[in-house]
Amino acid sequence: MTTQQRPAVRQRRRWQDWLSGFFTSSVGLKWMMALTGIGLLLYVLAHLVGNLKIFLGANEFGEYEIDLYSEALRNLGGHLVPAGSILWLFRLGLIAAFVIHIGASAILTRRNWDARGMNRYEAPRQYAAANYASRTMRWGGTIILLFLLFHLADLTLGWANPSFEHGQVFDNVLASLTRPPVAILYLIAQAALALHIFHGAWSLFQSLGSANPRYNAFRRYFAAAFASAMFLGNVAIVVAVWAGWVS
Amino acid sequence: MDLTLKVWRQAGPDAEGGFKTYEANGVSPEASFLEMLDQVNEKLNEAGEEPIAFDHDCREGICGMCGVMINGHPHGPQDGTATCQLHMRKFSDGDSIVIEPWRSTAMPVVRDLIVDRSPFDRIVEAGGFITINTGAAPDANMTRIPKEAADSAMDAASCIGCAACVAACPNSAANLFTAAKMQHLNLLPQGQPERYTRAVAMVETMEAYFGSCTNHGECEAACPKNISIDFIAMMNRDYVKAQFKNFARAGQA
Ligand code: FES
Repeated sequence: MTTQQRPAVRQRRRWQDWLSGFFTSSVGLKWMMALTGIGLLLYVLAHLVGNLKIFLGANEFGEYEIDLYSEALRNLGGHLVPAGSILWLFRLGLIAAFVIHIGASAILTRRNWDARGMNRYEAPRQYAAANYASRTMRWGGTIILLFLLFHLADLTLGWANPSFEHGQVFDNVLASLTRPPVAILYLIAQAALALHIFHGAWSLFQSLGSANPRYNAFRRYFAAAFASAMFLGNVAIVVAVWAGWVS
Repeated sequence: MDLTLKVWRQAGPDAEGGFKTYEANGVSPEASFLEMLDQVNEKLNEAGEEPIAFDHDCREGICGMCGVMINGHPHGPQDGTATCQLHMRKFSDGDSIVIEPWRSTAMPVVRDLIVDRSPFDRIVEAGGFITINTGAAPDANMTRIPKEAADSAMDAASCIGCAACVAACPNSAANLFTAAKMQHLNLLPQGQPERYTRAVAMVETMEAYFGSCTNHGECEAACPKNISIDFIAMMNRDYVKAQFKNFARAGQA
């Protein structure tokens, strides 16, 4: 019955040791997940605000507001930089955030499974604090990732959208979301995203070490408000387009 | 009260374990949970069977030795109570109760309901020493401590090391234990000289054995001392801050 002795505290002599020590520790990885989580939250919020432009329809010249918006995104920075370069900077940042967020969670999941081992309790666990959202982070995250790949193929690259035309955002969205299976897929993904945010937007405060009895209640409200805003906003778009209220 | 117990029996660390069912008849509602097990063990003794092995010492909720999973609740269904302080009046006549040891890779079963909690000792060792001791003992009130800091240090220090947090955590993380043991020192002036080296050493020792925190909050709910997960946030912050401290200049090398 000897508990196995493992080398514990990493020795640090050079600055590289500090860096690698931090990024291999679970607390450090959670910190990275929280930071990239904040980045991704800001992104989904901006994404939603931009997409709500679909409700503005067309201007007096018959140009759709959302098409103009997507063009503006590509031309960020005006003539100061090559067209599309700022957008690509954002995209690279996003990709990096996703890779770090998912990579860290994969490493941590592995460690947690090892720590739990094959031991299961006989009596069903009576959870007192863990909720549905917190217990489905891994599955929910996977669903969101799969949906994201479809979403890119559908509305960015157009592979999953037969009538796709580059730059015609309004028409593409209409063509895509009036297909019921696709609309349902979008709705499911929004539910998964809202659940993920409901736990994540609260959890990030803990991981970053921000706990203060004065504001602790606020962390829950913030997460709930953020999750519901994302859900309602995105679902409004899907439902409105599907029902034909947007034209 | 008449109860049916389903108890995990395992002869030794490497032996195959399994559940066995026992009848506990005529249990007084005034009896504590451990007294109820004592009564079952007396009967087992009389019948010439091995009694159920379980850890216990103080039986007043301060030593942290007792602690089993009772019907899926660490330390049983009552909040803020160790198994030894749980009374049978919390159950009703005819109940069947599943009693299992804490489960995690780092804390294997030694026998029946007893697990090896020694990884906790490794964590405490990593952070618990006092640097130096010079001169005569200082005057009692020389070091001023804000009342609030003293109170929260005391809250953290109320950890009895029972490992219910590890048992309750779906990730088998020991963050609540480690945070409590770290913060009751880090919150006080006397704990400052080694604050950040302690944070690094304790966190990384913990991680050598246990899983990582996903902020379910189950540990806080299971803790017989109701220790808050605020301490986990404080630990996270100290660990991150430690990465930026100039240890060589601050004398914390
Ligand atoms: S026996 Fe000491 S805490 Fe229960």
